[in-house]
Order: sequence, then C-alpha cells, then structure tokens
Amino acid sequence: MSEQLLNVAGLGKRFGGFVALDCVDLAVKSGERVGLIGPNGSGKSTLVNCLCGTLVNETGSVTFDGRKIDGLIAHQRTRLGIARSFQLPRPFLSLSVAENLRVPLLYTVDARPGRHRMTSAELHDRCLELLRLVGLEEKAHERPVDLTQVEMRKLELARAMAAEPKLLIADEAMAGLSQSEVTDIVALLIRLNERGITVILIEHIMRAVMSFSQRLVVLVSGRKIADGLPEEVIRDPEVERAYLGQ
Amino acid sequence: MRSLPFLIVSLVVAAIIFMIARTFANDYVFFAGYTVLQFVVLATAWNILGGYTGYVNFGTAAFFALGAYTTVFFHKAYPLPIPVLIVIAAMVSGLVGLGMGYLTLRLRGSFFAIATLALAVVLQTLIVNWDFVGGSRGAYIIRPREVAILGSYIQYLFLIMLLLSVAAIATARTIERSRLGYGFATIRDDELAAEAAGVPTLKLKLIATMISGAFMGMAGAPFPYYIGYLEPASAFGLPYAVNSIAMPMIGGTMSWIGPVIGALLLGTIQQIATVTISSAVNLLLVGVLLVAFVIIAPNGIMGLLKRGRRKT
Amino acid sequence: MLVSYDLVLNALIAGILLGGFYAAVTVGISISFGILDIVNIAHPAFIILGSYIAYIVNAQFGLDPILTSIIVLPIFYLLGAVIYQVYYLSFEKRGQDPLRGLAFFFGLLFITEVLLILVFGVDYRYVSAFYIDKTFHYGVVDIPMRMLIPCLISLLMLAILQIFLSRTFMGRAIMAVAQDQLALRLMAADPVRIKRVAFAISIATAAMAGAFLIVIQPVEPSIGREYIGRVFAICVLGGLGSLPGTLIAAMLLGIAESFTATFYGPSWAPAVSFGILLLTLAFRPAGILGR
Repeated sequence: MSEQLLNVAGLGKRFGGFVALDCVDLAVKSGERVGLIGPNGSGKSTLVNCLCGTLVNETGSVTFDGRKIDGLIAHQRTRLGIARSFQLPRPFLSLSVAENLRVPLLYTVDARPGRHRMTSAELHDRCLELLRLVGLEEKAHERPVDLTQVEMRKLELARAMAAEPKLLIADEAMAGLSQSEVTDIVALLIRLNERGITVILIEHIMRAVMSFSQRLVVLVSGRKIADGLPEEVIRDPEVERAYLGQ
Repeated sequence: MRSLPFLIVSLVVAAIIFMIARTFANDYVFFAGYTVLQFVVLATAWNILGGYTGYVNFGTAAFFALGAYTTVFFHKAYPLPIPVLIVIAAMVSGLVGLGMGYLTLRLRGSFFAIATLALAVVLQTLIVNWDFVGGSRGAYIIRPREVAILGSYIQYLFLIMLLLSVAAIATARTIERSRLGYGFATIRDDELAAEAAGVPTLKLKLIATMISGAFMGMAGAPFPYYIGYLEPASAFGLPYAVNSIAMPMIGGTMSWIGPVIGALLLGTIQQIATVTISSAVNLLLVGVLLVAFVIIAPNGIMGLLKRGRRKT
Repeated sequence: MLVSYDLVLNALIAGILLGGFYAAVTVGISISFGILDIVNIAHPAFIILGSYIAYIVNAQFGLDPILTSIIVLPIFYLLGAVIYQVYYLSFEKRGQDPLRGLAFFFGLLFITEVLLILVFGVDYRYVSAFYIDKTFHYGVVDIPMRMLIPCLISLLMLAILQIFLSRTFMGRAIMAVAQDQLALRLMAADPVRIKRVAFAISIATAAMAGAFLIVIQPVEPSIGREYIGRVFAICVLGGLGSLPGTLIAAMLLGIAESFTATFYGPSWAPAVSFGILLLTLAFRPAGILGR
C-alpha cells in the first residue's frame, strides 16, 4: 500500500527568538523507509518532538493516517500509532527492564479500541519476545541503571516497538553501537518494516542510513534542503557543503 | 498475596489490635492510638500522590480540615452518623482535589506543590470568615458519652480510624500492584517518556489527587468528635503537612509499607515526646528527622532494608 | 457603597509602599526559584530569622534594624552558600527527583520556625527606631515612615541587584547558568560555583527583608508561612526570574491586599495572594512579563 501515512505541511517551531524549524514539509508513504540526516542542532529532534506531541508547533499542521493530529497530546498520538525512541535514553528507572516494556503494552496497545485486555501471562510473554528481538532477554529483570549505554539504547528502541506503532521514529538509536550491532539494528528495523511498520530513521551513521533508507531527507538549520533518493541526495552539492563535506 | 485475601488478613489484624486495646483498663490507649492511626491514614494517603507519582502535596491540612469542617457543618445543620459523614467528607475532599488538580497538574511538579500550599491558606481564610462553622473562634462539638455495644465513645472512634487505616492501606496496595500503579511509577520516573509510551499522565495524576485528597478528608471527618473543639489554626496546622510528608519519606515512599512504618514509628515517638518533653520539641524532632532522612536515606527505612538485603 | 476619595488614595499609597517591601521579600525567590529553579520554600524562614536577629541587636544595643541587617549580610551569604552546597551534594548531583529537594527545604522551614518558638516563644517582638512612629502627612494622604523607609531601601536594593545581574560578569553568568550550563562550562566558568553564589545572594536578601519586616510590623515565628504564598504569587505573576517583573507584581499584590484589607477587612488579606497565585498558575503560568 502506498497511501500517505504522514503528511507534514509548513511545520514551524521557535524557542523565543530562535527558529528551530522553518516551514518544513514532509510526506511519508505507508510502508516507506525514510532516513533523516542533518548536522547537530539542525532541528531533527525538534521535528520528532513536534510530530509526537511532546512539543507544540506554532505553524503548520500534521496529518497522520488520514486525520489531523494537531492539538492531540503525546499519549493520544502514541495510541494512534506514532512511536518514538528518545535520542538520550529515558528509561523508567524504578521499573525492571521487562516492566519498562509492559507500560506501552498496558497503556497503548491495550487501550486501543477493539483490543482485548492482555492477561498477565500474555504481557509477560510479549515483553520477553520484544526483549529477544533486541537481544536483551537476559536482562529482563535487571534495573535500567545496571545496563550499559548501548543496552539502554536497545531498551529505548524496544519500548517504542512495544507500542505496536504504524510509524516508528528512531532518533539516533545507534549512537555508540559497534559495527555488527549497527548491522543488527538495521536488519531489525528492516524486518519491522517488512511487517508493515513505516520507519523514519534519524542517524549520523551514514552507512546505516544509506543501507536502510528508500528515501533521504536532509535538514539544515531548521529547513529541509533535500528530499529524494539517497544516492542522488548525497551527491547534491548543497547537501555536501552543509553536511557531508567538512 | 492477592488483594482480597490481604484485605481479610488486615481486617483480622485490626480486630486483634482492637481486642488487645480493650484489655487495657485505661481509655488513654484509644486516645493515643487514634492519633497514630490518623497518621497512618494521612501518610498512606499522601504517599499515593507524593510517593507513587512524585507530586508533592504540602496542603494535607487543607483536605484534612475540609473533612473536619464538613462534620462541623452537618453537626450544626443536621447531625449525621459518622460513617455517613466520612463518605460525604470523601466526596468533598475528593472533588476539591480534582478541581485543584485540574487547575495545576498540567504544570511542573514544583508549581503544583506551591499551589497546594496556596490552597491550604485560601481554605483556611474562607473558614476563618465563615461564622456558621465557628469562624476564628472555633466550634464546640459535644461528644456523645457512650455508644451501644462498645461502651465508651472513644473506642468507637478508634475502631472507625482502624477501619479507615485498613481501607487506606488496602487501596494503596491494590493500586501499587495494578496497571494504575505502573502508570503512577512512570509519571514519577519520567513523565515525558510516560506520555510517549501512551500513559495519559494528566488523567492519572487527577486520579491520584482525588484518591489522596479523599482519604485525607475521611481522616478528618471524625476529628471534631475526637477533639471536642475545632478551630482553624489547629485544623489547618502545619504539623499535619510536615508529618504526612515526613512519615512516608522516613518510612519509604516506594510501597504502602513505608508510610505505615513511618506513621507508627514517628507517631509513637511524638506521643511520647509530647507527653514527656514538650510539643514544640516533638515537632522539632520531626523536622530534623525529615531533613536527615531526605539527605542520608532518600528511600527511607524500607530503602535501607533493601540495600542491606542486597548486600547479603 | 460610598467610597471616599481619601480612603482610596491612602489604600493605594499603602499598597505601593507594601509592594516595595514585598519586592524585597520576593527578590530572593526570584533568584533561587526563578533563575536557579530551586524551590526554596524555606525562604520566609530566613526572612524571619533576619527579623529576629535585628530584634536581638536592637534590644541589646539599640542599633537600627536595617543597619543591623547590612552588617549581617555576609553571615547570611555564608549561610546560603552552605545550604546550597548541602542541597547540591544531596540532590542535584545525585539527580534525585525534585520531591526530595522540596522535602528538604520544607524541613528547614519547619525546623527554623520551631527553633524560633523554642528560643523566643510565640510572643510578638518589635523593634524601636526613630522613624517607626512618625507619619508624613501630605494633605489627605498619610505616609507612615515605617513603611516608606523600607520601601525606599528595598527599591535601592533591587536596583543594585538588577545592575549586578545585567552588567557584571558574575551577574550575567548567573542569568546564563539557568539557560545553558554547557556553554558556561566551555567558558571555563564553574556552574556549581555560580549557582552557589546566586543562592547565597538570595539568602542574603532575606536578611534585609527580615529587617524591613520587623520595622513594618511586629513579628512572631509563624508569620513566615503567610509569606510563602505571597512570595511565590509575586514570583510567578512577575514572570520567573525577571526582577522588573517581580517589582511590578509586588506592587500589584500590595495594592490588591491593601484594598482588600481596607474594604473587606484584614482577615481576607492572606487569601488574596494565594488566590492570585492559584489563578495565575491556572491561567497564565508564564506571568505578566514571562519568559
């Protein structure tokens, strides 16, 4: 299916006098794999925050799955099917690793109309299944504070996946991972995509971005400067100047 | 242990406590015990909001006094039996908690905390200016001398507070183990991430504020009959706020056991200190213990116990 | 209701003078809460402490209270530095949830009040100075000196602080530390030290505010609690961290309270500040001049 899942029109966000996002347009088709790159401070995370409802944009509008979601708060958007992982992991420290995944299951998946409430056993199994996908199964009963940075990023990603989203936004989920781990995560995301989940990947690791994306979007200083096929975008002179050629 | 068996066990324990208390020839046990149990309810109620969700309520006295003055109001207008008053107090306090929460819970936790202080003062000013319930002069409540079956009235009050304690503890424990408890914990840990995970944080915070406020009001409802004379300065007194914060923080805020331990410990110490030394020193003690525990043992006694267990 | 012109005028003047005093009381919170984001609800306790110190010195040596407070400024500064250090090591550094910090200050508030009760008792204390009984009469307007002098000195104090915050390096660093700690570190300035200085300054202002308080009215240990609401109401209304905003908001609150006391009776006055606080929090948390 290639109908439009996400349509961002003229999105703008300022912090006081500073313009973080300037009239950003973005259209994502259902099932697409979009890569989003840009230098630090270009507004990538701000864009994610606006899409997810964590921040409120001043101008522009966002349409998701056929309905305008402006005005909906974060948890409502998550229930509609947008999930994100945070750039700096934000685990629930007083819960165990497995319990961290239970939360989106209880509050997002279970809360969707037409779903029956999962039993305790079903929840437990689903948590373990998700942990297995990211390779954290052994740490199920540990506290997040005992995890390594890398493991926390995986937990972050698993928690976003637990919400069974239609659109998954992975915000620099692979920072600090080894080569093989990066390959694993990319493979994981592609598998999720094959199951029908649309993915927006925000990353600095070019190898991952290039191997993953069907389409590449470049954000510089709050403005979108390129949007197209990855091979073409990286050869765009403006992109080279702003981001790649240092 | 599931919730229903726990409730039954608690009721049995309560019955035993009551029976033991009756073996004492002196009614003083009931007077002192009432105060300690009142703290158990207040501390547990406070913890449902403060400990579980991390939103500090400095206005315990406001909800407590609301319950007490509801009783005074009905006593003067149309006397009702205490259990009915408790239910009404629960509704009044719960609604006020809901209203205040709706106004302020969308802001940061520190703003909410300040707003709770504001609420206490606003309510106190309203009561002080309301002559029907006695205003600043206070109100006298004549306590009936005896009650059928039990005998002295204070035993009746003690029993009520005992049952309220069981109710509060059972509620706290049920919440802790439920879906709601997970939601509360995520609000405490990282509200932003909680929202992103689908937790309706405002709704949950409102629920916590309502339940917490309701129980505080319920604790206040029998108070006028206990004390005989109610005036705003003592009803809205700071000791209620300090104690309801100190007890959970000293006992441990993560589970229902903490406030109970804190209340029993601190409540008993205070009873002894008030009688042997002075009530001012007793309050000083609470303040010092609060600060000391907050600095040294942030997870309270329960936290210390857990740390000890993990090392062995 | 027949409202007499001179009653209104006097209420207005009294409100403005009161507002000037309230600004002094609040400026400490504007720094600690508005700029540093530390909810120091024990601030009024330090103010009362300042009042009692002024009282003792005045009773023993007859020294003017405001003069006394200037002399003890360094002590309060030191006290503030120590408290911040404890706060930082116990809470900020460990990344504790704000609940602990709040409970810490609440405990301090309580301890201070109870200690004062134990040492001084609950009787009202007052000071004597040459200007306390004098009143300036100007037509129908009465201006009590005991309100005018603290108000004027308070305005002076605010002006000095505003210049400090906007013109000196340390002052600007303090304003910056609220917004960007990383940038500060890159400039080789220690954010912790800067915050400590700021907090110490905020407690030092409490010494002066305490002197003003006991000049304006007699003092007893539990008065501090009335000021918690006022202080935060003004701070929030004025827009966190803005000193001019604090002054405006303080004036507004002073006038509101003065009118309430004149036309409805003084027993309603506490509700005014807290009521304003609740309303502001509910409908315009950014305040009048908010960031």
